[in-house]
Amino acid sequence: MIKKIILLLSFVLLMAGCSSTPQVDVKEKETITFLNYSSNGGQEATLTAMVEAFNVAYPDIIVEVETLGYADYFTQLATRVAGGSAPDVFELNIENFRAYADKGAIAKLDTSSVDISQIYPKTLTAFQIAGEQYGLPTKFSNVVLIYNKDLFDQAGVEYPTADWTWEDELAAAEKIRALGDDIYGIFRPIQTWEFYKTVAQNGGSMMNADQTTFTLNSSENVEALSMMVARINDSNVTPNAEQMGGMGDWDLFKSGRLGMIVTGIWAFGDFSANCDFDWDIAVEPGIKVNATHFFSDALVVSSDSKVHDAATKFAAFISGSGEAALLRANANWDLPVALTDEVEAAYMAITPPANKQAVFDSLNHLVMPPSLEYFNMVADELQIYLGKAVSGELTAQEALDQAQASVSSKFSK
Amino acid sequence: MKTTTQSKWIILLFLAPSLLGFIVFSLIPIVSALYLSFTSWDVIGGAPEFIGLKNYASILFSAEFYRVILNTLKYISLYIPGIIVSSLFVAIMFDRDIKGIGLFRVLLFIPVLTSWVAGSIIWRSVLSGQYGLMNNLLAIVNIDGPSWLTDKSWAMIAIVMVSIWKDLGFFSLILFGGLRGIDRSIYEAARIDGASSLKVITRITLPLLTPTLFFVLITTLVNSFQLFPQIMVMTGGGPDGATQVMVERIYTYGFRYFQMGYASALAIILLIIIVTITLIQLVLQKKWVYYE
Repeated sequence: MIKKIILLLSFVLLMAGCSSTPQVDVKEKETITFLNYSSNGGQEATLTAMVEAFNVAYPDIIVEVETLGYADYFTQLATRVAGGSAPDVFELNIENFRAYADKGAIAKLDTSSVDISQIYPKTLTAFQIAGEQYGLPTKFSNVVLIYNKDLFDQAGVEYPTADWTWEDELAAAEKIRALGDDIYGIFRPIQTWEFYKTVAQNGGSMMNADQTTFTLNSSENVEALSMMVARINDSNVTPNAEQMGGMGDWDLFKSGRLGMIVTGIWAFGDFSANCDFDWDIAVEPGIKVNATHFFSDALVVSSDSKVHDAATKFAAFISGSGEAALLRANANWDLPVALTDEVEAAYMAITPPANKQAVFDSLNHLVMPPSLEYFNMVADELQIYLGKAVSGELTAQEALDQAQASVSSKFSK
Repeated sequence: MKTTTQSKWIILLFLAPSLLGFIVFSLIPIVSALYLSFTSWDVIGGAPEFIGLKNYASILFSAEFYRVILNTLKYISLYIPGIIVSSLFVAIMFDRDIKGIGLFRVLLFIPVLTSWVAGSIIWRSVLSGQYGLMNNLLAIVNIDGPSWLTDKSWAMIAIVMVSIWKDLGFFSLILFGGLRGIDRSIYEAARIDGASSLKVITRITLPLLTPTLFFVLITTLVNSFQLFPQIMVMTGGGPDGATQVMVERIYTYGFRYFQMGYASALAIILLIIIVTITLIQLVLQKKWVYYE
């Protein structure tokens, strides 16, 4: 009996001895938690490869990755932040960045100890508040004019160039529209996101310069909205909802019945795979000036994080390192912000479109939505009045007058 | 019987499980919502900040609130007559001895047992403008169906249709119960007196059914203000706000915009609306409900 007990005890000791070595090791390592949405739906393996590359450079930092779908992401994140269990590093898009920064949920980053020299400067400033860095961008995207070369050839129209305006665009669209009853010239959606960009092209804006009051019904804005609506209801170069018949705008383009579409560069992959005609891109034409969208995602560090330095190192690696950027470019996962020569060459090499230079040229004309904490709410409210202008229920002037009244009464502080 | 202090404790002990559930899942949230409705709280920014009646003021002065009320009234004006007439018709059918009516009763009750979300997902595809079953069926009889869920003038009608589909089985069963409760001898007496069948329905059946109709009316009216899952799944409040309703707004403000204070104030306003309507009905019922 005693023998058995001794045997058992020594066995237990042996087991304890075996496990004690890695335990000590673990204590030296730091663990950070990382919550993201943008790898969801296809880029999970790329993210894993990035984390592995990070661990080659920083073997002592363990990264626990958690990926959620975009639809649930912000509800989950807000709940965790409110419950005091925010992940150390998490992903924010530019639309939500402001709210999290203003509420003190994310930490100011000390970027002196990490390498951010390769990051495209404009994307860095997008995540600064009063000159301080609160987020490190990972990828960005913009919007270009994508056109069906075959339809342009059939209509005998010259391909779009960087100095086209809305007039040139409309002239080409009308000729393409004339090719057939179910062939359309151009698609530009009419919604809040398109609205703030288009009014900027016409010299207007949603708010005054210091963002204290809304200027939705300015004459420039009314003119721009009239032009947007006229393309559906007058020249009909853009199909109305009934003509679309529930079809998506991308599907219409892919079906070969749409001459031009103004949309994000994230369409390239889908269009490359599913268009059986030649297509290319150009810088989006403006009305008086050029203006194109800018979207970006960044990694931020929770203000409650106990491992702030390790978290910052991780964010900086995913954001600014050539390794992570190259992985991203090769996986066709948007445009990395660390635009090294190697990354740029890798990105340019993937065609179509042949004129990828237009993506970089567009970066000279970026506009951003007003950096309001509750831009989503304003966007939804304005959307209702834009819809009324499209349906003809209200004129452009009436729609924007009413939108101005509604939005101002609700969001004035 | 006198309850001693000791037996009071025993009663409380037996009540404890459900009482605990009520306190944790109902009472505390209700009281918190009332408190939150006087605050500004966006979840991520730390503690709620007291702002008095500001949420209520901005709701009552917003164009959105009246749009939501108008949408709800539009729903009510279509749904309530629709559900009462159709379920009354079905109930009267049930009351007759028609062959195979038992099977029909079961079939009609299936939607009631179906989950709202599952039902709405199926209807969303049935009502899809271009590819939906509904418009393909209509095309057979040469009707060009609208794009039900994306057309502003049709979206609410589609929601009403689906709601009637879902609720018909339940309310026809309730009304059927009411019909069965009417004393048969009254019908016999009427028949002996030579009353026509229309007269029997208007003079006997309907008046004696009023207590049941009152129940149906009050339930459907309260349900109308709580309209939510079908909207959330089928239209999300769109197109262009045409199907925005109270609970949808509460959800959107709470979990999309993270404006918990504003959302709570909307919830309290909804509570006030529902209580008011119920009180009005309780008063008015004296004028038209006959109790035997």
